[in-house]
Order: sequence, then C-alpha cells, then structure tokens
Amino acid sequence: MNELVFFFNYVVVAGSVTGSIYAIGAVGVTLVFSIMRFAHFAHADMMTFGAFTVLLLTTAFPGAGAALGLPTAVVMLPLAMLLTAALAVGIDKTFYKPLRAHGVKPIVMVIASLGVTLMLQGLIRLFAGTSGESLYVDDRKEIFRLALPFEGARAPIVVTEPQVILFVLTIVCVVGLHLFLSRSRLGKAMRAMSDNPDLARASGINTNLIVAVTWVIVGALAAIAGTLLSLDVTFKPDLSFFLLLPIFAAAIVGGVGHPYGAIAGGFVVGFAETLAVFNWSVLLRPFHDNLPEWLASADSLAFVGTEYKIVVPFVLLVAILVWRPTGIFKGKVI
Amino acid sequence: MSTQQQQGQHEHREDLVAAPSRFPLREVVLFAILMAAILGVYAAMGAAYSTRMLVEAACYAILALGLTIQWGYAGQFNAGVMGFVALGGYSAMAFSMPVNGEFWASPLSGELGMVVLMALGGVMVVVGASRLHHLGVPRRLRTGLAVALALLFYLLVSARLGVVTEQIESQFGYIGGLGLPPWLGWIVGGVLAGTVGYFIGKVCLGLRSDYLAIATLGIAEIIKAVLKNADWLTRGTATVSPLPWPVPGPAEVGFTLARALYFSVTAVMIVVIFFLLTRAYHAPWGRMIRAIRDNEISAAAMGKDINRRRLEIFVLGCILMGIGGATLGSFNGLFDPQGYLPLNHTFLVLVMVILGGPGNNLGTIFGAFAVYIIWVMSEPLALAVLELAITFGEGSFGWDAPTNLDSRALQARVFVIGLLISLVLRFAPKGLLPEKVKHHG
Repeated sequence: MNELVFFFNYVVVAGSVTGSIYAIGAVGVTLVFSIMRFAHFAHADMMTFGAFTVLLLTTAFPGAGAALGLPTAVVMLPLAMLLTAALAVGIDKTFYKPLRAHGVKPIVMVIASLGVTLMLQGLIRLFAGTSGESLYVDDRKEIFRLALPFEGARAPIVVTEPQVILFVLTIVCVVGLHLFLSRSRLGKAMRAMSDNPDLARASGINTNLIVAVTWVIVGALAAIAGTLLSLDVTFKPDLSFFLLLPIFAAAIVGGVGHPYGAIAGGFVVGFAETLAVFNWSVLLRPFHDNLPEWLASADSLAFVGTEYKIVVPFVLLVAILVWRPTGIFKGKVI
Repeated sequence: MSTQQQQGQHEHREDLVAAPSRFPLREVVLFAILMAAILGVYAAMGAAYSTRMLVEAACYAILALGLTIQWGYAGQFNAGVMGFVALGGYSAMAFSMPVNGEFWASPLSGELGMVVLMALGGVMVVVGASRLHHLGVPRRLRTGLAVALALLFYLLVSARLGVVTEQIESQFGYIGGLGLPPWLGWIVGGVLAGTVGYFIGKVCLGLRSDYLAIATLGIAEIIKAVLKNADWLTRGTATVSPLPWPVPGPAEVGFTLARALYFSVTAVMIVVIFFLLTRAYHAPWGRMIRAIRDNEISAAAMGKDINRRRLEIFVLGCILMGIGGATLGSFNGLFDPQGYLPLNHTFLVLVMVILGGPGNNLGTIFGAFAVYIIWVMSEPLALAVLELAITFGEGSFGWDAPTNLDSRALQARVFVIGLLISLVLRFAPKGLLPEKVKHHG
C-alpha cells in the first residue's frame, strides 16, 4: 500500500505537474504553428521572461500576496502575463512582421525566432545571472500531507501548494481557451485562419488583428507556463533548450496546429518522462521474496537516469514522426 | 516586327543568359579588409595568439562549409551543429589518446566486449522481428513484438552496461584511447557524424522543414548529455588532455611554429573541401540540388528523387561538421564535453554562414574568418563595456554590481549573436557575398 502511495506521489502527481506545464507551453507553440506556420523557437525564453517578470515583481512587492491569502507570485501573474503578451506582440512587430511581409519561407522564420531567443536569453541572463532563485521570496511553500483512511497506509499523499495552484490554473486555462476558440468571434476567426488563411482573408477577417491576438494569447500562456514551472521548483534562467524539446515534442505528438492535441501531447510527454525516470524497484519491494535473484537485487530499475531525461521526449518525437507524422489528433500542418 | 524591338526583347531577357564574368570587386575588397584585420590582430596580440585564432577560424570554416551546403545549397536548417562537432571531437580524442593498457589487460575489457556483443545481438533480433511481416505475421503483431523485444533488450543491456561501466570508472577512470594517429580519428569523426545525420535525416527530411530543426536541436543536446555523463568513455566532467596533434606540438617546435603547421594542415583541408564542393555545385548534381531547393514540386515532376538527394546533402554536411569538429577538438588539446555550447558551436556557425553568404563557398569561408575574429576580439570589448555600464549603474541607481562579470559578459555576447542573426535576416538575407545564380539561356 505504501508503495502505491509512493507511486502516486512520484508518478501521478509529478507527471501531472510536468504534463500541465508542457501542455500549456505546447498550446502556445501550436497556436503559432497554426496561425503563422512556423516552429517558434523563442517560446521557451518567453516562458523564462514571464517567470522573470514575476520574480522581479515579487521582489518589488513581497507583501502583496498576504492580503489575498495567495503566494505573491500568483498575485503578480496577471501583470506578468500582460507584460509578456506585450513583449510577444512587440517581437512580432519588430522581427517577424517584416519577414512575413517579405514572404520568406517558414524555415527563415524559424531562424529569426532563434535569433530572438538568443537575444531574450542574453538579456535575461545578463540581469538574472544563471543560478536558480525561488519565486517564494517572502512566503512559505505550504505542503499538504493527506493521510489516507486505509489500513496499512502510513505514507501520506503529498501535494505542495504550488502544485494545487498549478492544477487549478491549468484547468482554468484549458476551459478558457476552449470557450474562447469555440464561442467568441475572434476565436472562430482564428480557427478559420488556421484552416485556410487565404479564404479567411477573402471572407473579410482582419488577419493582422488575428496575428496580434494570437501573440497576446501566446505571450500570456508562456508567462503562465514559465511561472508555474518556476513555482514548482525554482526560477532557472538557463532552461531554454531543455524546455523546447519536450514542448515541441508535445505539440507534434498531439498534432501540430491542434490546441486540444497539444494539451494531450503535453500530458503524454510529461508522464512518459516521469515514468521513464521512475525507479520501478520500489514497486517490486512487496514481492521481494518471490522474485528471481537478478531482479530482486537491482536497487535501481529506471529506464533512463535523470541525466538522460531529455532522451525521452526525443524518442517520442522520433517515434511519432516515423509512425504518425500528423500526431495523435491529426494535426493540420504537416 | 523591327529588329529594334527584337533587341529590346533580348535586352529584357538578359537575366536569362549567363552573366559575363566580371572583375570580382566585392570579393577582393572584402578579403582585403579581412587580411588587414588579421594583420591588425597580429600586430596587437602577438604571433602565437593570432595564429591560434587563425587555426580555430579555419576549423570553424570547415564547420561553416558543412552548414552552407545544408542551408545554402539545399535549404535544410540544422540547429544542432554542436552535436556533430562534439561527436567529431570525441572521435579525435578516442583515436589519438594513448592506449590504457591496464584496462585492456583486465577482465573488464572482456565484459565490456560481451555487453557490446549483447547490444549488437539485440539490435539484430529487433531488426529481424521488424521484418517478420515478410513471413506472414500480421503487421500489428510484428510492431508490438519488435517494440517489446527492443524494450526487453534495452533493459538487459543497460543493466549490464551500468554494472560494467561503474567498475571501469572506479578502477581505471576511463577506457582510454586507441593510440592511433589523430587524422584517423578525424575521418572516423566524420563517419560518426554522418551516420547520426543519416538517421535524423531519414526520419525528418520527408516532413516539414521545421521538424529537422527541432530534431537536430534535440540530438545535439542528447549527444552532449551522453558524452558528459558516460564517464567510462570520456571521463565526463573530468576532461581528457592533452590530445596529440598530427603535427609536431608546441613542446617540440614552439607555440607559433606548431600552430602555423597545424594551420597549414587545416588550410589544405579547406582548399580540398572548397575545390570539391565548388565542383559539385557546378556539376549537374549541384544544379539538381538547387532545383529541389528552389522549387520542390517541379523538381519532383522532372523525376528527381527529392528525399534521396536531400538525405545525401544532409549527410554530406554532417560529415564535414564531424571532420571540422575533430580538427577543432584535437587543436584545443582538451576534450571537455561541457565546453560544447549551442552558442559557440551552433549559432556562431550559423551567423558565419548567413552573414558570409549561404550557398556561396567563398562567402562562407570569408564569413567564418571575419565572424571568428570579431568573436574573439569581442571578449575584451564586452568586458570593457560591461564595466562601463556598472560604473554608470552604481553611480545613477545604486545598482549593486554582480560579481560574476565573466559569465555576464558571455551573456552579452549571446545577445549580440541573436541581434546579428535578426539583422542579417532582415537587411542582408543573402549575406555579404551572395550566391551567384547562373542562368542558362
């Protein structure tokens, strides 16, 4: 029983946390893919930028959260979302729009976004350094231990406060995005543009407005994802390329250009990572006496070590590209 | 219709006939500036330092030539040059370091061999299982079987490998090199990089061009992670040094002469690669590659095997990157997996290519040397600028200056490289020496 609780804490909870973060990140990537049709490499650094803004605001007003009973970082999140959205729109206006007007190939846009990511990285690390910092400047990280009402279950289920916030925010984001895309005029116009940009333009949709709205959403989502990631562990300014691969893998696994697919893909990648680094020998402990010697003596039965975690999204990516390049949900862009 | 009109039409179509050869003014001017800059560096920093810079720039030129054929000739974007460079560097190290006699004499070498044999056997079994449909096994069953077998063998082999490598690390440090001449390692480095490139290309080249960028970015980080963590193979963070050179080292003939000798080796390599690439560019094969880049659909309609040509050029580029990475690794004299950074080994090369002129070999070589000189010289400059900013910041806002100045200066360079990429794409998308597209009348 204790082993199952252990499994729950280290796989179900941890996998959902990673999965939620990847899912929110992948939605942003997939939205850019579907509206502007290129892989936006600067997304990870936009996430970092969002988290960094939260860190700055939290350091500036450490007591703001106490009034509302939430961690200050969460209170500052809406402001950071606004700033990151403004940054995203600004980046598009300065760097992507001229290229788009020039009618360059999508791959040139990819390189441009790499240029942007390096600039962001340089700026952020110039001011933040490269070491990690906690977003809990003045607050205390609450840890909830839920004792189970079963016989023999001594270990409690452990959930931290940021994880609860993360689950709530993820659900809010997903529901909000769904309502926006399916109910609002702008959301419908976005879907129309992702299906067929020429037709959308011909039927009177203001494509420039749609592009701007997309960047606002992408920026806001990036800020949320970055902040949630930093809340869960610490703010690390140098994650960029390690985040990009799982997020892209999630977007492609779910089907590029398909927001719901990206959410599913995020959870697939998140759980795959967690399961791959999970030490399975813990689960075998109750059966220790009935196991063959070579299996019982192994004290570490993980598929990959944590240092090779990045291999997992890559393998998923390659597998999906080989067997089903359109992704689970049949993405629109191949 | 008068002759004048016909002439007028003819004049209109001038772009379709082969351009008359002109005096290459732009090339001469740019290379003269480059030469002056190199002489300036020699005057300011001394011969030993400047020659080292030249050798490194030459190694980068080989990398840039590899990228220019992928990006310039064929429009494939490789975002993981670093991975191929690291593979080349590893190969140069593994071939040239002296043999670790103690390890080979111990029973552990036999056990390691057993693990390798097991892995090979596993691969053969899995490949065999994946071909079972030829024997009438249903495809779903075959796929399931192959995946299950692959997982099983993976677990068995990795468990065994873990035990053996742990013992190697604790007893001998690492398995040592092969004690062979470095140039053999360079060639094998190219082969290794080409093999990895083949598999990546096989998966991604038939799909959207963005996927290749994502996958190469991923494989580069994976290669680095493996080299960093497989201590039994590379000593990991403990680093390996000194790597032998194919020419007499500084200990025998002095720094400047040894580096000059090394430079002549790399220069010969560049000349040979340049000559071969230029021949290939003007050959029907090169024309076909450019046709595929410029209009894939019409090239396919002409019956060209697009995916095959793409794979060829991608693998060729990766081979060059492997060779370049190996020469660079040997020259550094130190194999440090953590020293491979996306900024230094991917984006710097990218800037060299897009600034110099993608698809133009001469432009690429110019870009490699010019950008590398700026890169090296920018280090003292960035530090000075930062110091100025700090004095200013302390004076005006009481900003407490960070202590780790060096790493911050590095970040300033990250920003500059990013800005450079953005500016070049915006204002000089064809580079300083654009590719000369010949039109045949």
